[in-house]
Order: sequence, then C-alpha cells, then structure tokens
Amino acid sequence: MKALSLIVRLFRGAAKIQRKRMILTVTAIAWGTVAIILLLSFGEGLKRSLETSRRGLGESIVIIWMGETEKAFAGLPAGRPIRLVPDDVELVLEGVPELASASGEMHNWNVQLVNGRTALNKRVVGVHPAYRDLRTSYAQAGGRYIDELDQRLKRRVVFLGNELAKDLFGKDDPVGKTLLVADTPFTVIGVLQKKKQMSMYGGPDSDRATIPLSTFEAMFGRRYLSNLVYQPTSVAMAPVAKRHLMEVLGAKYRFDPADTRALYFWDTIEDAKMMNAIMIGIEMFLGMIGALTLIIGGVGVANIMFAAVTHRTREIGVQMALGARRVYITGSIVLESLALTFLGGIFGIGVGAGIVQALAAVQARAKSEAMEFLGAPTISIPIAVTTVTLLGLIGLAAGYFPARRAASVQPADALRFE
Amino acid sequence: MFWNGKNGKNGKNGGKSEGNGHHLIDLQGIRKVYDTGAVKVEALRGLDLAVRENEFLAIVGPSGSGKSTLMNIIGCLDTATEGSYRLRGEQVAGLSIDRLAEIRNKRVGFVFQNFNLLPQLTAFENVEMPLLFGGTPARQRRERVEFLFEQVGLSDRMLHRPVELSGGQMQRVAIARALACEPDIILADEPTGNLDTTSGRDIVGMFEDLWRKGHTLVLITHDPAIARRTRRVVNVQDGTVVSDEAVA
Repeated sequence: MKALSLIVRLFRGAAKIQRKRMILTVTAIAWGTVAIILLLSFGEGLKRSLETSRRGLGESIVIIWMGETEKAFAGLPAGRPIRLVPDDVELVLEGVPELASASGEMHNWNVQLVNGRTALNKRVVGVHPAYRDLRTSYAQAGGRYIDELDQRLKRRVVFLGNELAKDLFGKDDPVGKTLLVADTPFTVIGVLQKKKQMSMYGGPDSDRATIPLSTFEAMFGRRYLSNLVYQPTSVAMAPVAKRHLMEVLGAKYRFDPADTRALYFWDTIEDAKMMNAIMIGIEMFLGMIGALTLIIGGVGVANIMFAAVTHRTREIGVQMALGARRVYITGSIVLESLALTFLGGIFGIGVGAGIVQALAAVQARAKSEAMEFLGAPTISIPIAVTTVTLLGLIGLAAGYFPARRAASVQPADALRFE
Repeated sequence: MFWNGKNGKNGKNGGKSEGNGHHLIDLQGIRKVYDTGAVKVEALRGLDLAVRENEFLAIVGPSGSGKSTLMNIIGCLDTATEGSYRLRGEQVAGLSIDRLAEIRNKRVGFVFQNFNLLPQLTAFENVEMPLLFGGTPARQRRERVEFLFEQVGLSDRMLHRPVELSGGQMQRVAIARALACEPDIILADEPTGNLDTTSGRDIVGMFEDLWRKGHTLVLITHDPAIARRTRRVVNVQDGTVVSDEAVA
C-alpha cells in the first residue's frame, strides 16, 4: 500500500510539471470514449428498433402460400396447383408434432366498411384464434381478439386495426359498436395495439379488419386459404417441422415432399438469423471506428508517457540505484498511463452518457420515420464493458512501451542524464 | 577458495589481491568500452583492484581517467565489458537485472555529488525508499528511518522536503539513505563537490566515524585534502591503477 501511495505521489509530482499536456491527453481519450459510446449506442438502438419491428410480424413464424407442383408424382403430372383448405390446419396440427400452433388466413382485398356516414373500402381477413399470438395482434385495453367460440359459432364480430379504427370511428371507442361489413352488421370486439411492423404481406396490420375464418368462409363463399401461418415448437425444430409438414400435406394432395414449388415458405426465422448477422456486422464496424478514435487518444497517452519517462530519467536512475526492481519502475509508469486513460475514460463515459440521454429524448419526440427507424440510442452493459476493456488495453499498451524503455536503461546512464 | 579457472588474468593480479577469499571487492582485468557507434572509448583497460572489509579508501584521478566508470561498476550501476568482479565472493558479471537491483539495495549504499534526493518526497520518505524496495515491514521501516535521522542529527528535519534543506543537510539525508539497508560498502562519488568547505568537512568527518564503526567506504574525489583523510589512496589514470598506497 505504501508502495502504491509512493507511486501516486511520484505521479502527482509529474502531473504538476506537465499539466497542460496532460489535460490535452485526457481530453483526447475522453473524445475517443465519447465517440465509441455514441457509435455503439446508436448501433444498439438500431438493433433494438429492428428487433421490435421484426416482432411486429411475429416471433419465429413461417408463412406458407400455395404453389404449383414442379415434379410429377405418383402418376400425376407436374404443374398441378396445390390449394389448402381450412381443415388442413387441423390436419397439420395433428400430423406434425413439431408445430406449436397454426392458423389459416383468407383475404378479401376490397370490402366496404360502413360506420354511419363513414364508408371505406378496406381489406378484410378471416383467421383462426391462434392468429393472435402468431402475428402479435393484441387488443387494446377494453377489447379482445377473436376466440374459439366466435370461430365455432361463426359470430359476426370484427377486430379492427388501430389506424382503421381511427379512420372509421374517429376519437370514439369502437368496441361494442356496430360496423357494417359488406352490408352485414358486425360487432366490434377489439382494436389492435399500436405496434412497429417492418415485414408485412398485403399491407400493415393496422389498416385492416379481422373476422373469424368460419364467418369469412360463409360470408364470401370461399373454400381455399390465402395462406397458412405456423410456429414450430422451437427454432431448432423449424427444419424438422417443415419437412414433416411437407410429408403430411404431400400425402393428402399427392405431391413429392421434396417438391419446392408445391408450396412457398416464408421463413422469418431465417430472416431473423440473417438480420442478426447483419447487425453484428454493423456493430463491429461501429465499434471498430470508435476503437480507432480511442487508439488515437492512446497514442497521445503513450507520447506523454515517453516524455515523462525522459523527463524523469534521473529519478528513475536514483530509484534503480536504491534497488528498485524492474517491476517498480515499469509498474509505476503503467499505472500512471492507466490512470490517465481512465481519467479520460470517466469524463468520456459521463459526457457520452449525457449525449445519449439527450438524443434519446429528442428521438422520442421526433415524428420523422427515419428517426423512428434509427431507434433511441441505448447504452447497454456490453457497451460499457467493451469501452472499459478497450480503455484498459489502450492504457496498458500506452504505458508498456515507455515503461520498457525506462527499465532498459543502465542505471549509470540514467543517473548521468541531464 | 574462489579460484576461477576460466580467468586467465589471474597471473596479472596486483600486489594486494592475494588471499582472494577475504576481499570484499575483488576486481580483476576489468575493461569497459563505451561504443557510441562511431567511436569506441575504452574507459577502463584491464583494471585490478581489491578492497578488504572495513577499508576507507579514496579513488583519485583526473577527469576522464575512468574513476566514475569504476565506481559505477563497483556499485553495480553498470556492467563491465570484460573481466571478473566478485562482491564478497559472488561473481557479479552476468547476473540478472533484478538480482543486480537487489545487490544495490542490500549491499551498496550510494552518496552522490548532487545528492539525488527525490524532490517530491520528504526527507523521511527519501530515506525510507530503499527499505520499501527491500520489502521491510512498515513498523521496522519507521523505527529504522527514525534511528538513521538521529544518527545524522536531523531528527527535526524528517518531514521537510529536499528544497527546504541546506546542501550539508541534504547530503546527510543522503548518507542516512545510503545506510538504510546496512550495506557492505558505501560508495561516495565526489560527496563534497557541491558543498562549502565547512559542510564538506562535516561530511568527511561523518565518513570517518562510519569507518571507525566498521563500515567499508570508497570515496571518489579529486580533492587531495579529502583523499589524505582516508587510509588508502588509489590513483587511476587512463583506465588503470597507476598507484595504490596507504596514507601515513
């Protein structure tokens, strides 16, 4: 402890001599730290923003559209269209144990919706109740989503997208009100919670009306699904689920399970993986730019430490003459370098955190879509750990070389130094 | 008992180096070459010197004679290019840097012309430093430092900084520092060079006292008056010993 306080005392003495230079160096480190923190927290904000937008579509889901066979199978020619019906949802749920849930989906792109004097032509979809969790379509407080009973009883109930609800009902609460869907009175049971949705097919969920699939079938006389949405029991099981699903449907519709054109799959799990990889790439890139800026600060520290070592050559010689082992000489210099680096780092982290807070506040109020997409800059634990680790490494490196030089001098030469 | 078969220069030993085993310092055939790139300067050319326990000797010679180089080698501040140096029988040539640091710490006490006290530290801390490097526990360190300040008569100046002390006082602090780890030899390089006559005389008197108490002292000086107060004068010129005589 005494040795440490002695080193600190020596450090203070040196600091007095080179105060101006030290302030500049500490500023350079602080600047680098601010840069790395800003870059990384913008990266983190973007990542989180992308993640929530991706969840707007649904978590780990796969969507199937109908296709045409490409391969001849069991005596049947290629080029047959494959059309799934609502009962196939039951079929795959029973036949494919790797499926957690599934829902059929039917679209009618142009249906007249009338509330009093407001009439709009909008998209109406019919779905199974499982659709709520698959496609993260949760109701705002006071409302609910379509349930099993609605489906079984072919109830005339409608769930509205939040934008659509605003267009039809203005500021009024639509829940419980009656809405004419293609001239048929429906009861509004819920309104979609606002969500960020980046991926979509056939338009955003906020701008459409949803009714039970059974009601849809009866009303519009449809037989075939537009598409089918399912979720495997786990991400790891996704490929197995897909293979089994092809086998089960292939057996029913008599197509080759290896026929990739019979059904089209949109695997959002694969998308998510790719997105993750891209995000890691972006974060690494941002981190690298930040690290480079910080390294420039480190060069400043190394420079001031070289100057300090030269300035104190004689003192170092005296310490050597008194029997200081190499570790005392190098240790005190490396410690000093670390102290300078972390001093700058503390300022930098403080200022960087302040800027991030301010920017996040600005971002939250900004109405622009680009800003919303960029997301609020966020400082996470890994960012803090990365920054501190980098500071430590740079401090060590900046101290190591001057320290090595100091310790490599013969004491006699050091004592002669003027 | 410390013969070294590899040392071919044994035959050239100076008249005073018989009975190797009893010598505290035993230098044989020491050469030191400074290679400054363009020119090679040979500061010591095969110098032999032996010093026994409890000697009080002065190394004299004109500037550039190599006496400072000699002191650096004796004090393990520098290493010889060639030759054998035994300190109490232990071969110093080829020791590791840290081992040399340990020898300087435990067995050599330095007194410099310009005192070389660390300006940021108090007198107390300056004297404490070698004990810190040697790893003496705090309590013993404190007792030892206080004892040393009593010895040099500066107990009332322990907490002053070097700039607040006179030259003579600084040199006394330096002597206390040199004595801190009870070294085998005290090496003093022009210890009175920066002092007025009175302080200089005080310091030399102090060295005499230390010699009487059983210390071994080697002084480097160009002042004949100081050399005469020692017991043996070694004259170095052009990197070799030209005369070595006892003071009457």
